[in-house]
Amino acid sequence: MKYPYLKNYQPAKDMAKIATIKSEFTNGVKDIIPLIIGAIPFGIIFGSLAMGSGLSFIGTLAMSALVFAGASQFIALTLLAAGTSWPMIVLTTFVVNLRHMLYATTLVPHIKNLGQRWKIPLAFWLTDEAFAVVIIRYQQQDDSPYKQWYFLGAALFMYLNWQFCTLLGLTVGQMIPNMTTWGLDFAMVVTFIGMVMPYLTEKPMWATVVVAGSVALLTFSLPHKLGLIVAALAGIGAGILTDYFLEGVPGK
Amino acid sequence: MNEVYLILGMAVVTFLIRYPMFALAGRVEFPKVLARALRYVPPAVLTAIIVPAVLMPKGTTLNLSYTNAYLVGALVAVAVGWFKRNLLLTIVAGMTAFFGWQILLRM
Repeated sequence: MKYPYLKNYQPAKDMAKIATIKSEFTNGVKDIIPLIIGAIPFGIIFGSLAMGSGLSFIGTLAMSALVFAGASQFIALTLLAAGTSWPMIVLTTFVVNLRHMLYATTLVPHIKNLGQRWKIPLAFWLTDEAFAVVIIRYQQQDDSPYKQWYFLGAALFMYLNWQFCTLLGLTVGQMIPNMTTWGLDFAMVVTFIGMVMPYLTEKPMWATVVVAGSVALLTFSLPHKLGLIVAALAGIGAGILTDYFLEGVPGK
Repeated sequence: MNEVYLILGMAVVTFLIRYPMFALAGRVEFPKVLARALRYVPPAVLTAIIVPAVLMPKGTTLNLSYTNAYLVGALVAVAVGWFKRNLLLTIVAGMTAFFGWQILLRM
């Protein structure tokens, strides 16, 4: 080594590319912003419908803070307004949120070396939106050791926004008269339509959607929205069977 | 108090869905059959919510006529979602069609 002091020299161009804790965190925050824009009306509407459905003010804030799963929170409101018992709502929540297990499973190879003090909060903050941006960051081929900070930035920002929008709906949303008669529940329906469309790229997914939709109509009169669970399970079964007939034995 | 049970129950089941795979990461092999089945959960659940909400907006009978603004808004959202594949655009177009159709019906 003729110039040992050059050993640690990095050209400025490469310096710019080196990820730091701070750059990962702020990039996570930035990248989730488009998805947060979609979640804002969703959160405000949840907050403004909650008390009319039977939740208390504190209960609404607590649900957003502790459950933090938009679709299941909306369904809980619908069931609550229809007088459904709490164990039935919890069971429905389980079926509706089961999709998060798919997200967690997909992220396992990337987070397996982190300690539990990372895994617990990152799992708690795992949502459809956070998963959508974080998986893209993990799949990028750079060996940044701080990708968990990107995850944290995206997930934490999503969480804070959800709490803020719930509060906004509870306060400002409550002051707007007859908000519930405007049919704002349609915002949830239309958000879900937007979330389902990207799945419709393969035949088994079409089978899932057609069967789940048809069974949901046929079983609609079942008490406590049991039809929702029956229809979801029928749709999952239809997808697996179609996949099996087209591709052969699962697991190969 | 039922509200406390409801919120704690929902919080516990949701965390018990999100956390176990992280907790056991690297120590347990997740069965491939189960992983493949899980892929169908999101579209199945979401569709089971969407279809009755759109076709039975009053919660009791099918309404397939033009007077159903939910149906009109949903059809617009499906079309925009299919061609544009953009979540925000789908939401905005669907909501606009839904409210616009209600105003038209009242005229």
